[in-house]
Amino acid sequence: MADFVSGFWNVYVMGLVALSLLFCVVVLVANMTKRPEKVEVQGHVWDETLQEYNNPLPRWWLYLFWATLIFSVVYLAIFPGFGTTNQHRGQIAQYEAEVARADQLYGPIFARFQEQDLLAVAADPEANAMGQRMFLTYCAQCHGSAGTGAKGFPNLTDSAWNWGGEPETIKTTILHGRIGVMTPFGSILSGEEIKDVANYVRSLSGLANDSLRAQRGKELFDQQCVVCHQADGTGNTLLGAPDLTDSAWLYGSSEATIIETITNGRQNQMPAFADFLGEAKVHILAAYVISLSKGQ
Amino acid sequence: MQSQATYNYKVVRQFAIMTVVWGIVGMLVGVIVAAQLVWPELSVHEWLSYGRLRPLHTNAVIFAFGGCALFATSYYIVQRTCHTPLFAPGLAAFTFWGWQLIIVLAAVTLPLGFTSGKEYAELEWPIDLLIAVVWVSYAIVFFGTIVKRKVSHIYVANWFLGAFILTVALLHIVNSAAIPVSLTKSYSAYAGVQDAMVQWWYGHNAVGFFLTAGFLGMMYYFVPKQADRPVYSYRLSVVHFWALIFTYMWAGPHHLHYTALPDWTQSLGMLFSLILLAPSWGGMINGIMTLSGAWHKLRTDPILKFLITSLSFYGMSTFEGPMMSVKTVNALSHYTDWTVGHVHSGALGWVAMISIGSIYFLLPRLYGKAEMYSVKLINTHFWVATIGVVLYIASMWIAGVMQGLMWRATNADGTLTYSFVESVKASYPFWTIRLVGGALFLVGMLIMFYNMVKTIAGQKAYNAPVVAPAAAHA
Repeated sequence: MADFVSGFWNVYVMGLVALSLLFCVVVLVANMTKRPEKVEVQGHVWDETLQEYNNPLPRWWLYLFWATLIFSVVYLAIFPGFGTTNQHRGQIAQYEAEVARADQLYGPIFARFQEQDLLAVAADPEANAMGQRMFLTYCAQCHGSAGTGAKGFPNLTDSAWNWGGEPETIKTTILHGRIGVMTPFGSILSGEEIKDVANYVRSLSGLANDSLRAQRGKELFDQQCVVCHQADGTGNTLLGAPDLTDSAWLYGSSEATIIETITNGRQNQMPAFADFLGEAKVHILAAYVISLSKGQ
Repeated sequence: MQSQATYNYKVVRQFAIMTVVWGIVGMLVGVIVAAQLVWPELSVHEWLSYGRLRPLHTNAVIFAFGGCALFATSYYIVQRTCHTPLFAPGLAAFTFWGWQLIIVLAAVTLPLGFTSGKEYAELEWPIDLLIAVVWVSYAIVFFGTIVKRKVSHIYVANWFLGAFILTVALLHIVNSAAIPVSLTKSYSAYAGVQDAMVQWWYGHNAVGFFLTAGFLGMMYYFVPKQADRPVYSYRLSVVHFWALIFTYMWAGPHHLHYTALPDWTQSLGMLFSLILLAPSWGGMINGIMTLSGAWHKLRTDPILKFLITSLSFYGMSTFEGPMMSVKTVNALSHYTDWTVGHVHSGALGWVAMISIGSIYFLLPRLYGKAEMYSVKLINTHFWVATIGVVLYIASMWIAGVMQGLMWRATNADGTLTYSFVESVKASYPFWTIRLVGGALFLVGMLIMFYNMVKTIAGQKAYNAPVVAPAAAHA
């Protein structure tokens, strides 16, 4: 990969580096003076008392300076730094070598479980411990150390699964990620209408609501929402449309929050881990997630 | 013959007093954010949240405390070593009031959340413009005074101060280039990794020129003055001056090791940081060796204790810095509290201690007195501050190395041994020790404030008569 847009900058950088190192060398060579018999103060006096001796540069200090310069030249001969030379020893090559070594070393440990059924892996204590360690590294940032989630990030310990809770479906979710979209209705429905729908939605899971509004809201729900959330509000795992009749709420169940959700819509993304972790690790991770919800 | 003309001490007095005041404010904010790390529930309001107070702390200690100390001492040094009053005294007064306005604006806008998001350059564009105007005025006053000097040779302290003033102007203007979208919001003129590189070119040279060259200028005046000894080596000062200002410019990329920055840039950042070790130590050698033949003064003179201890911390952190810039060391130290410890061994040990020593030297002279109200209290301040720094940096070293090792520890299957939050939990004891260290340093500043008030109380402002240059020299 070329770091420079044209060959000129390569030469420019090489020139500057060479000149800079040379500058230090010249300064040092010009000042390699021997210690005189007696060191006198220079002739100048400032502010009544300020004067200067002219002691030679301390030897050990000079050698230290030389050592860093020589180290730099050797380093530049081996590693990238002098224009585009030695690019093959850069950080990308270093990363790839380390990953290859790790795959070779640890690959078999993970591969062992890949042929086993997910539910069997979920019941294996060794795989479970490995899964938990990976969960704490890659998943806990959003889903929490215990997998209980946060606002906008699903709780993995309950029985609600927006995209389906089958073992293979959970693994697919981790492998390829998910993008959940709730359409914004702010420009389609009026504020009053949205409030009506919100009350109807709350009634679906038995939450307190204004029954008159809920009644009006049902009509709107049947026109606007059933495509994804179904006529009975139980949602659709093919679209990731949440079940509105259960007690799980990704963003919250208050009237104000539901109004916000309907008005502005929601965008949510579960990142894909297939390329990053590889299937063998995801297999163990999926089994761990399954064990989290089984524990309930 | 001494003329009737006097040096302009008024602006020096103003900046010297505000150095102590802003030191207390900036360090108090530092103690608050350190406490918030130990007790996160102290983050009571968005205005007082960690994310907004932390940039306030860094801006206050670097630019308010450190800046006022540099203004005070440079105005004092340049007049006295040029044997002439300040050039353009009206403009000098403007730099004082302008700088105070900038500090107040920073103290208001940062907690309110107005930020450009660039570390150590968070202030939004209208304040950036004001900084540029004040800084150019500062340069005019400083270099104007150099031009009208009554001695042929320019004293070494002024080279460092001049380099500091010129370079900070360049750094500030280039790094702050932005496109405003409103009075309180702007976007950087650079994008992506170029933006990061410009930011750290600025950031590390702020360390190199604001916090190193500027304070070396201070050192080159106050150490030989207080020790009453000639500077150790003119030749060393020439060599290390040019080597220092030349190599510092390259060191910025060491803040961006193992990032999207190209390999060649990272390597150059690392190598020139290593080469920087000897030039940095040149200043330490010249300062400490100036004391040879007068070591006994350290026993009785607490101001000299501050100055020499600051040089020791300077030597230590300029050794630590090049080591941390080595890529393999950086892979362990980066993003840990080790960096925080390193910064504070420089900021508290070097910058604050040399400033405190210099201000103790200045204050009585600015009021026509021989010494501070209480020399004993200076000694107390010294020990409280030294213990504070040592607690601070030792706890951060341990915490930093521990964090780095925890983050990279792996199990037999290659998974990470510790989750991030476990390393946070393990850091609490060290964050508590750091809080104690920081609080001690703040207590030292309060002792200084008391001593300052007692020294000044009832005293008339004093402007010393301009000293004629030594005969052979005019």
